[in-house]
Amino acid sequence: MAKKTKKLMKKGKRLDGRKPDEMRPIKIKAGYVKRADGSAYIEWGGNKVVASVHGPRTCYPRHERSPYKARIQFKYKLAPFSVDDRANPAPSRRDKEISKVSSEALEKAVFTEYYPKTTIDIYATVIEAAAGTRVAALSAASVALADAGIPMRDLVPACATGKIEDTVVLDLNKDEDQEGQADLPVAYLPHNDEITLMQMDGDLTPEEYEEALDLAVDGCMKVYEEQKRALRERYEHIEQEKEEE
Amino acid sequence: MSTDELIWDVKKDRVLRELKKGKRLDGRKKMESRKVEITPGFLGRAEGSAMVKLGNTRVVAGAKLGIGTPYPDSPEDGVLITSIELSPVASPMFETGPPRGKTVEAARVIDRGIRESNMVKTEELCIEPGEKIWTVFVDIFPMDHDGNIIDASAIAAVAALKNAKIPKYEDEKIIRDEFQGKLPTRDTPVAKTFAKIGDEIVLDPEIYEEKSKDARLTVYINDKDNVCASQKGGSGAFKREEVNKLIKEAVKKAPETRKQIEEL
Repeated sequence: MAKKTKKLMKKGKRLDGRKPDEMRPIKIKAGYVKRADGSAYIEWGGNKVVASVHGPRTCYPRHERSPYKARIQFKYKLAPFSVDDRANPAPSRRDKEISKVSSEALEKAVFTEYYPKTTIDIYATVIEAAAGTRVAALSAASVALADAGIPMRDLVPACATGKIEDTVVLDLNKDEDQEGQADLPVAYLPHNDEITLMQMDGDLTPEEYEEALDLAVDGCMKVYEEQKRALRERYEHIEQEKEEE
Repeated sequence: MSTDELIWDVKKDRVLRELKKGKRLDGRKKMESRKVEITPGFLGRAEGSAMVKLGNTRVVAGAKLGIGTPYPDSPEDGVLITSIELSPVASPMFETGPPRGKTVEAARVIDRGIRESNMVKTEELCIEPGEKIWTVFVDIFPMDHDGNIIDASAIAAVAALKNAKIPKYEDEKIIRDEFQGKLPTRDTPVAKTFAKIGDEIVLDPEIYEEKSKDARLTVYINDKDNVCASQKGGSGAFKREEVNKLIKEAVKKAPETRKQIEEL
């Protein structure tokens, strides 16, 4: 991350007009892909991500099968046209890392012990990227899991915070992500008040870290409201469809 | 499930039982690290190298320099690439084949720590702006995995960079046995990794603790005693209070390791 001191704030506000603790507009739609067991589509700032869930289904390869629980496999991908310079369609090191930590972030929310020997696969593809793609993908993923009817302890909202011009801010945009001083993506289980994903790069004092983590959790709670709204809307639709029949 | 995994499950019960009594299997305190031994310049053919023992975990790192082209957004900066190979040499748990999640994660966590601390003065590695720069490859090779590969690798990588030399470059050729000077560096970033087992948390997990862990937290500390990278791993979770406490613990523990690296 560049440590350049490019102007990112003006009169206590960010260049896109947001206050430090203000999130970009977010909209989630549950049930977006007809052929998936569960799915969700999210638009968040300039990000667009579609996520599909397949499973629980038999787990292959066999050695990854557990006699005790389902495997949670989350695969994150950037579509080639989602970024300025075309992304190579083959999974990058970054994709693999995000996929691993996000799978782990979701695992605690799912009652995996209900489905031994199976896999629950979640595929999230970013079709347009504007900073914060991993938290957008992850936020869509747990809605897709719930949409698939998979028993869960909670949804897993995710949100990033960072530091620009020595100020801790919520939900970095593209310029802030590139020119800012730190980035802290977090996923959170509201019911347990626990962190299930946390990555950070940049430069934060322990005090700033604490502040950024608290702000990230506040952001997660806003995402959580939108996730619940999306799921409620999904079931309203189902009721309407039934009535029409 | 192989018999191996059954053994790990039995061990986990024991690890947790002892931890609840405030004890670790190897007699350490919860926030006590194993002894670190560093052998700088361990390898002859690499421009920089170090062998590190962290308890019984043994890691070697080699820095190699090559000529590369700069990234378009930083035409005058050198490039740093960190890789790790988790080979079956080090443990029966590791498999051959293309790098998977765990390997990639380890490499990227170490890479971020070094990169975000601005340790390597990449701005001094330009040969021809926009055309030619030095690329620094740090390759990490664990030789014996007895837990906490990340912290051991982090020390090895930084120590290797600290004693790396830049070869002479004349007539578009690298002269490997002559050097123009040391690789320019500033900070000494230090990684501290914690494992959460049940509700107990330990620093520098050895292999049984690592295999028993529910979650892991790696915190990278720079020279200003700030956090320059962190990463949570594992399918468990951390409370916010735990994260804040562990960061303070990492800040407290980093200087000793940093001193050890800088005194080489």
